[in-house]
Amino acid sequence: MTPLLDADDVRRICRRLAHEVLEANHGADGLLLLGIQTRGVPLAARLAGFVAEIEGVEVPHGALDVTLFRDDLGSRGPKPLTETEVPVSVDGRTVVLVDDVLYTGRTIRAALDAVSELGRPERIRLVVLVDRGHRELPIRADHVGKNLPTAYGDQVRVRLEEIDGEDGVFTEVVT
Amino acid sequence: MTGTVRDATAATDRPLRDLISIEDLDTDDVTRILDTAEQLLPIADRRRNSVPTLRGRVVCNLFLEDSTRTRLSFDLAAKRLSAEVINFSASGSSVSKGESFKDTALTLDAMGVDCVVVRSRSSGAPLQLASYLDTPILNAGDGWHQHPTQALLDVFTMRRHLGDLTGRRVVIVGDVLHSRVARSEVQALRLLGAHVTLVAPPTLLPPAVAGWGVGVADRLDDALVDADVVYALRVQRERMHRAFFPSSREYARLWGLTVDRVERMRPDALVMHPGPMNRGVEITGDVADSPRAVITEQVTNGIAVRMACLYLLLAGAATHTEEPR
Repeated sequence: MTPLLDADDVRRICRRLAHEVLEANHGADGLLLLGIQTRGVPLAARLAGFVAEIEGVEVPHGALDVTLFRDDLGSRGPKPLTETEVPVSVDGRTVVLVDDVLYTGRTIRAALDAVSELGRPERIRLVVLVDRGHRELPIRADHVGKNLPTAYGDQVRVRLEEIDGEDGVFTEVVT
Repeated sequence: MTGTVRDATAATDRPLRDLISIEDLDTDDVTRILDTAEQLLPIADRRRNSVPTLRGRVVCNLFLEDSTRTRLSFDLAAKRLSAEVINFSASGSSVSKGESFKDTALTLDAMGVDCVVVRSRSSGAPLQLASYLDTPILNAGDGWHQHPTQALLDVFTMRRHLGDLTGRRVVIVGDVLHSRVARSEVQALRLLGAHVTLVAPPTLLPPAVAGWGVGVADRLDDALVDADVVYALRVQRERMHRAFFPSSREYARLWGLTVDRVERMRPDALVMHPGPMNRGVEITGDVADSPRAVITEQVTNGIAVRMACLYLLLAGAATHTEEPR
């Protein structure tokens, strides 16, 4: 595994992403940060932390499990389900989806369906820590931490303190 | 591929390809089902909308014995996951015209169903069906043998109230002999480490009970003192062809859950019943309506547990119509 971003990089990127979200939204009004299970969840909490630091406002944040909305369960088998925890109604809010890696776009498609089942947000935005390309659907992120050109089969691993005990982004070229 | 009929020998070595008996599960399997049900509960109890997970899948309810509740519960569970449901019941079907069980199975297979939920008065019918069909089979109760989803929804309900069931004490009272619920329940509780005590009229205890790994008590009052849960079985008039106890009144006096009895239990102890209840026989109306009774909760939890079973059995299986890319 080749290290690409270290803990300080990740921290600076998250802070910038929080700034970008606030700038695009003209403040913190109506924001709801939803992290996609698994690593999007701590990222959403961190963004909420930076928003509080920058703007002095506590914005609600939660977790979204999109497994039940995936289109590849037939080939991948039943994945374990994790918590969907949405602290406030999505109706009329600006829902900011947060994920670690944007790749094919299929997870985000599932997330859009999952949010739609919860209600009718005013708009949905997407924040990712890493965009590694190779989209299979017409989906793009509104705010990207790091654009990372990769080959299709390469591995990109995001590690986060809350889950993995350390922060960092690593790549592995599969030959 | 449609029309795949597997040979009987292949039916046994497929963990969680079917759900026929709790005996086929280990502790991890049960925990996986309960954890999945926990996440599906908000969809089962309508706090969240249904999900598209099993869209395009066809679930067949093959009910060769009447059971409105269980069928409705499976029906709702499948629909909350967006599966299509077809109902095949014994009355008014070709079964009453003398079609063999095997031909019924082959017909369902040819119609392209993705899962068969089967309820039968004959013990072993689901296993037999599994030997004919490649599709997942879910046992919704067979004769005196097993009722796995009932046991799973019961332990799910207990776990939601009590947490880890290791070392918890569960008293099951009533007609153990004719009860597939009791059989499945004991096995599920033992997998989760609970202590089970059976209390029954001697005529309604199966001879093999010594091998079940449970305690047997003669007097209900003694067993209830330190119990965390008392589970009253239904007096099954339809399965009784002989006199197993003198009268309903006598049964209620010795083995019924009355306010007096239940008040002597621990303050946080639960009262459960698989339904439908014979109020005034195995449980009095006052007890059934008391805050200790979680009987209506069992019904809602049943939908979540059946959703979990359908999800785990079907989400990984290839569809009948096309191979996944």
